[in-house]
Amino acid sequence: MNRRDLDWKPLALVPLLALIVLPLIGSPSTWLTLTVAGLAMGMIIFIIASGLTLVFGLMDVLNFGHGVFIALGAFVATSVLGAMGDWTGSAELWRNLVAVLPAMLVAMAVAGALGLAFERFIVRPVYGQHLKQILITMGGMIIGEELIKVIWGPAQIPLPLPEGMRGSLLVGDAAIEKYRLVAVAVGLVVFGVLAWTLSRTKVGLLIRAGVQDREMVESLGYRIRRLFVGVFVAGSALAGLGGVMWGLYQQNVVPQMGAQVNVLIFIVIIIGGLGSTGGALIGALLVGLMANYTGFLVPKVALFSNIALMVAVLLWRPQGVYPVTNR
Amino acid sequence: MSTPHLLELKGVHTHIGAYHILHGVDLAVPRGELTMLLGRNGAGKTTTLRTIMGLWQASQGSIHFGGQDITRMHTPQIAGLNIAYVPENMGIFADLTVKENMLLAARKASHAGQMDQARLEWIFKLFPAVEKFWNHPAGKLSGGQKQMLAVSRAIVEPRELLIVDEPSKGLAPAIINNMIDAFDQLKKSGVTILLVEQNIHFAKRLGDAVAVMDNGRVVHSGRMADLAADEALQQSLLGLAL
Repeated sequence: MNRRDLDWKPLALVPLLALIVLPLIGSPSTWLTLTVAGLAMGMIIFIIASGLTLVFGLMDVLNFGHGVFIALGAFVATSVLGAMGDWTGSAELWRNLVAVLPAMLVAMAVAGALGLAFERFIVRPVYGQHLKQILITMGGMIIGEELIKVIWGPAQIPLPLPEGMRGSLLVGDAAIEKYRLVAVAVGLVVFGVLAWTLSRTKVGLLIRAGVQDREMVESLGYRIRRLFVGVFVAGSALAGLGGVMWGLYQQNVVPQMGAQVNVLIFIVIIIGGLGSTGGALIGALLVGLMANYTGFLVPKVALFSNIALMVAVLLWRPQGVYPVTNR
Repeated sequence: MSTPHLLELKGVHTHIGAYHILHGVDLAVPRGELTMLLGRNGAGKTTTLRTIMGLWQASQGSIHFGGQDITRMHTPQIAGLNIAYVPENMGIFADLTVKENMLLAARKASHAGQMDQARLEWIFKLFPAVEKFWNHPAGKLSGGQKQMLAVSRAIVEPRELLIVDEPSKGLAPAIINNMIDAFDQLKKSGVTILLVEQNIHFAKRLGDAVAVMDNGRVVHSGRMADLAADEALQQSLLGLAL
């Protein structure tokens, strides 16, 4: 796409929001701390939401059970990191990364495998039936939560940050938590890989085309259901990765954590435009920033603020900031 | 021995939900010719094309392509038999560039460099706009340019049968003339074409064979030249003279 064809207005929303709240917060160092925290939270939400938005865009499937992959990823991470105590307890960052990386990969593999079964047995029988999709995927999430309780127990489990990722870096007077920088970096890597795949590979082209007109993709000779299964599994794996990141962000995990994040990720994909990964990134960053700013400025409206943000965006662009489907 | 008809529909019925749209369509498309499918709005022309492509399943009857029964096949399998389809809405992927639209249709190519360059040159001569806007988003093209892209996409690799739904719809007369010239070239290349059209000038210029539909059935089939020469028949079938 030519640079002049890029719709820059949604991109401007993120810095615009950050600049608008600067005078309200007053202290630049506090603003910087909150902004980095918001971007980190946004990046984690993006990792989780990116798969969900493609699942909806490609097959018109409303998966309200996406949260179960988040919770599963986080709980798998408690087991993997728990078994690597020597590595997570080290103050050396590289040793921490050696522990966190396999935790991420195992969480993604387990969440992806569950995604494969979830698509086959829960989603596939209800293609094209939105009400049934909502009911059965929510039911699937409840069953998944109960299975997590059977395996790991119903209580909250601590998921402490590895030693080397704890603490803050001082930038001027602002304290920037190290883990938040890690979260931003991981989010950027995921976005980069997704953007490259979607724009530079034929599979990516097929996904983008399928989001716009899946019937035409089939008329060109491609089996879109196979593609959808692949996207569903990849989206589940990314949710598992997001679960690891979110669990480390919260430093504890509960079986219901997926359901708690579900609301945020649906706000994100609606703001972004259903089916748009670029839109999901913008939506996630806006949601992350808004949650942190209002949590500091007006804590009582923090929960309401993201819904207000979604309403404001939809009044401006009723199909989200980057609409790619007509649904 | 191969049949003279590349595509044959026998007694095809199609239901869409509670609606019975096709009531026993019999249609034979001769190999190497351009067959015009004519009829009033709502006669069942588009439904016939969609049923051939498997986008709607025939509830009764049979569809054979090159002697092979394709009635129950899924759309990707049907397309995989070297059948290209251009729907009425053109099916352009608006957010993708012209190049990316073409690459998707080139099933054997995984990147633009693997597309058949000689064939692309031939397509660029047929439709210069495709080359001119190669790296532009397809959604920014005009209606005529989109139609050219839709047809180019359908022929980016050699196909045995090209099915096109109303290529002249909504186009300016000058663009329609370009389109007629392009289909004339395509005919000469030997591809079999089934074309739904409402533009009588278009049909008369291009058609070898013709089938006329009414109320979900083929009510007349024969040579286009014979229909064009018989005003009484045109009047009774289409309510107009060609």
